[in-house]
Amino acid sequence: MADALLEVSDLRVRFRSRGSVVHAVQGIDFTLEPGQTLAIIGESGSGKTVSAYALMGLLPSTAQVSGSIRFKGVEVVGLGEKELQDHRGRNAAMVFQNPERSLNPTMKVGNQITEAVRRHLPLSREQAHERAVELLRMVRIPAAERRFHEYPHQLSGGMRQRVIIAIALACEPALLIADEATTALDVTTQAQIMNLLLDLQQELGTALLMISHDLALAASYAEEVMVMYAGRIVERAGAGDLFGNVRMPYTRALLDAIPRTDLEPHVLLPVIGGRPPDLSAVVPGCAFAPRCPDAQADCREQAPPLEQHEMGHWWACWHPCGKEAAS
Amino acid sequence: MTALLEVRNLVQEFVLRDYGGAKGGVLQAVSDVSFDLSAGETLGIVGETGSGKSTLARSVIHAPPPKRGSVIFQGKDLVGLSHRAMKPVRRDLQMVFQDPFMSLDPKWTVSRIVAEPLVAYAIGSRADRRERVNSLLDLVGLDPASYGGRRPRELSGGQAQRVAIARALVLEPKLILCDEPVSSLDVLVQAQVLNLFEKLRSELSLSYLFIAHDLAMVRQVSDRVAVMYLGKLCEIGPVRDIYRRPLHPYTLALLESIPNPEPAAGRREADRVISGELPSPLDPPSGCRFRTRCPRAQELCAAQTPQLRPLGADGHLVACHFPLSGAAPAPAGSQADTQPAAVKR
Repeated sequence: MADALLEVSDLRVRFRSRGSVVHAVQGIDFTLEPGQTLAIIGESGSGKTVSAYALMGLLPSTAQVSGSIRFKGVEVVGLGEKELQDHRGRNAAMVFQNPERSLNPTMKVGNQITEAVRRHLPLSREQAHERAVELLRMVRIPAAERRFHEYPHQLSGGMRQRVIIAIALACEPALLIADEATTALDVTTQAQIMNLLLDLQQELGTALLMISHDLALAASYAEEVMVMYAGRIVERAGAGDLFGNVRMPYTRALLDAIPRTDLEPHVLLPVIGGRPPDLSAVVPGCAFAPRCPDAQADCREQAPPLEQHEMGHWWACWHPCGKEAAS
Repeated sequence: MTALLEVRNLVQEFVLRDYGGAKGGVLQAVSDVSFDLSAGETLGIVGETGSGKSTLARSVIHAPPPKRGSVIFQGKDLVGLSHRAMKPVRRDLQMVFQDPFMSLDPKWTVSRIVAEPLVAYAIGSRADRRERVNSLLDLVGLDPASYGGRRPRELSGGQAQRVAIARALVLEPKLILCDEPVSSLDVLVQAQVLNLFEKLRSELSLSYLFIAHDLAMVRQVSDRVAVMYLGKLCEIGPVRDIYRRPLHPYTLALLESIPNPEPAAGRREADRVISGELPSPLDPPSGCRFRTRCPRAQELCAAQTPQLRPLGADGHLVACHFPLSGAAPAPAGSQADTQPAAVKR
């Protein structure tokens, strides 16, 4: 597709540590259109955050990245630090999980925004100040002029996350990556921040890549959901399709394990045993096979590729859950 | 049925210190909270960060002791008991914390961690203890032969939380206080640990005080739910009534904030999401503490503190001047499910 904002093909990330090699991301392919909302979900260690760091060029030097990440047709893998600094902020920006750790505690929040603005845009000090106040208003911070001169410790968790979103959007990037952006927040604040992100996305036409471990959150706010397991994408579908017509047994297991308000109290959750595989040993076959209730002999021999089996619905499974799973 | 735990007018305060140790103010983390917990029952406590739910649990277990009020456990008031007199009580009153790694000694083996309460209470011979520890590790789903000799860093988060649960169970307590016991775990592990709690409850007839910020999860494990806001109890009642027919506007706001994965639900409307933030607990609003964020607030709410009073179904109490539905008994069935949305309009 020529008009894709982001094209990722066969992205692989390996980490070398003390003699062993950890294959954190094992060949993922996906595209993202301008203005789209895509969620990547998975457990700890599934490779979702590492993939996002690769898109931003934020991986440490111990990481070996191969494959291709094309952003508006320009290759990101292999860029030098100087070019990456232009890529970050201008093209793609990221909001992290912990708002406390992403802000400088000794710097007024306004100055942290103007820093980002002046790094990328040719604005004077006064213009940058104006832009920062405008950004604070955009993320719905009341009394923006006053908040400009406050320090991070004077703001609540939700307000700090708003400031970080303001910094991320300072240069109107085409892609915003939200890595567990609401995980540290309360449910009510989470709903406020998610609504803010989606409002801003519509106002600015930014594409949003949401990274989360929370399937329910992802599905209620994203258009499309991509499920990762052991460094691979195992299913990708529209949010509604994923819930109504789930095919990959791993996704099924995730969905079943979420406590829901429509279940009766004290009902046991159907849950699979086992643990995600060790990513330092690459075994043939489907990585989920050892825990999969539907696994058969061929699952252990060859890994199923991620293919589009239905319109807009990709899955990587030899024996997908049948139609009867749909309800 | 007599209650296993009766908490009456519990108040917990912390004195804040300014520079030089001068008294900077008093933070009332829990103010005037009362509730009962029957044997074999699970009471869920929900609320935002800073609502005082963890402080409430810690006050019950006297870590630290509450400032005022009474905590009657098995017919005995714990407030004012000496440290020595508390020791036999703690045998029946155990706690599981949010971060398993912070609550396990990193240098001890799993077996030693689980055996420690037995050693502290001088229960059984060495061989008896070993046997008891092994049977408990088995009960929580860890093979004693392969996990007993491990140290916490050699465990995953779910396994470490199982060890913490085994340690809490080893003295055969009557009541376990769980403070966000599965919040730091992945979805699948979380479901495994929740199922373990359920299994233990039915096998050992345990009672739980289950604190969590995830309302769907609280519904899953609880018989009754208490909602806290800024140190006060807003609403308490049977789990079905609270979720189908919330009476307090804050409870409704919390329920509305749960991400709904149903395809038909779509994006929630912005006006249904509660605005604003938790006011400072150092200077709580007068009257009803929720009034600054409440869409239904009126003058009365600022003037007068609403008292917890029974309304609607049996055992359903609410502290609100303008609750969401009248005193009519809650109708059963699906009609009640649509109630919150209809009332909001």
